[in-house]
Amino acid sequence: MTSELLTTILQIMESKMERFEERPKIKKKVFNVLVECLQNLYHHIDEDIDDMDTEQNELNSLFMIAKTVSTYTITTGNYIKPKEVDSLRSKLDLINGMTKDELKAYYKQVLNEGTMSAKGTAGLGMIDIARKSGKKLEYDFAPINNNLSFFSLSVKIEE
Amino acid sequence: MENLNLEGSAKTPTVNFNAGDGTLELKGRSIPENSIEFYKPLNDWIDGYADAPKSATVVDVKLEYFNTSSSKCILDLFKQLESLDKQETKVQVNWYYEEDDEDMAEAGEDYEAIINLPFKMIEVEEI
Repeated sequence: MTSELLTTILQIMESKMERFEERPKIKKKVFNVLVECLQNLYHHIDEDIDDMDTEQNELNSLFMIAKTVSTYTITTGNYIKPKEVDSLRSKLDLINGMTKDELKAYYKQVLNEGTMSAKGTAGLGMIDIARKSGKKLEYDFAPINNNLSFFSLSVKIEE
Repeated sequence: MENLNLEGSAKTPTVNFNAGDGTLELKGRSIPENSIEFYKPLNDWIDGYADAPKSATVVDVKLEYFNTSSSKCILDLFKQLESLDKQETKVQVNWYYEEDDEDMAEAGEDYEAIINLPFKMIEVEEI
């Protein structure tokens, strides 16, 4: 996932939704969630490239978008280290356990008190995705071997 | 002091910061992977403006999209302006959002709750 590829996917999706004559409200939600999901992949791979133990194929990632009559489903997947699983799972469970108002408060807290990494990540991506979607985040961790798990995330945006 | 004018791109907003009349406009989309680099010159410009600001400073935020990387940088920008407010200039934020864009309206409310500056929410047909 490079910056150029990311831009291209966003452009394709924007013109597709334009062609579907999608309602502006849905179009904006889908676009916003796409940006956060794809940038999650981008930043994750960026970190792994610096890690000498990372094999080339572990830098691959998955992106799918599906549309039914009333729902967009955005799915992304990437390899992660097994030691990262627990903290990511807790983070997602925490977010999934929150009401709309709690998510809003949590977002504001992290926005105001959190610090930004040198790579420009603010720790707000998943919270923002959950807020924009309004649905629970569906996720899975599939163990590959002792050194690798596959993380997948599925986000729904309904009309 | 020089004005700061940047043309918008696929991932960065149009910037029109005018030292002559004290209007600071941010317009379009702000979705770079790493926003720090983009926002640095904006922070620097405000630092310079702080030396001799107009009696009133108006910030027009007209964003169609912004990502979470930008949200933190936008907060820092507001915090910078917050520290200027009531000293030598009165700062007013106009937060624009398109009709039906509840998410963008809510994002404005989130900032309003954190930042001690007057916010005016302005609904428009198209940004």
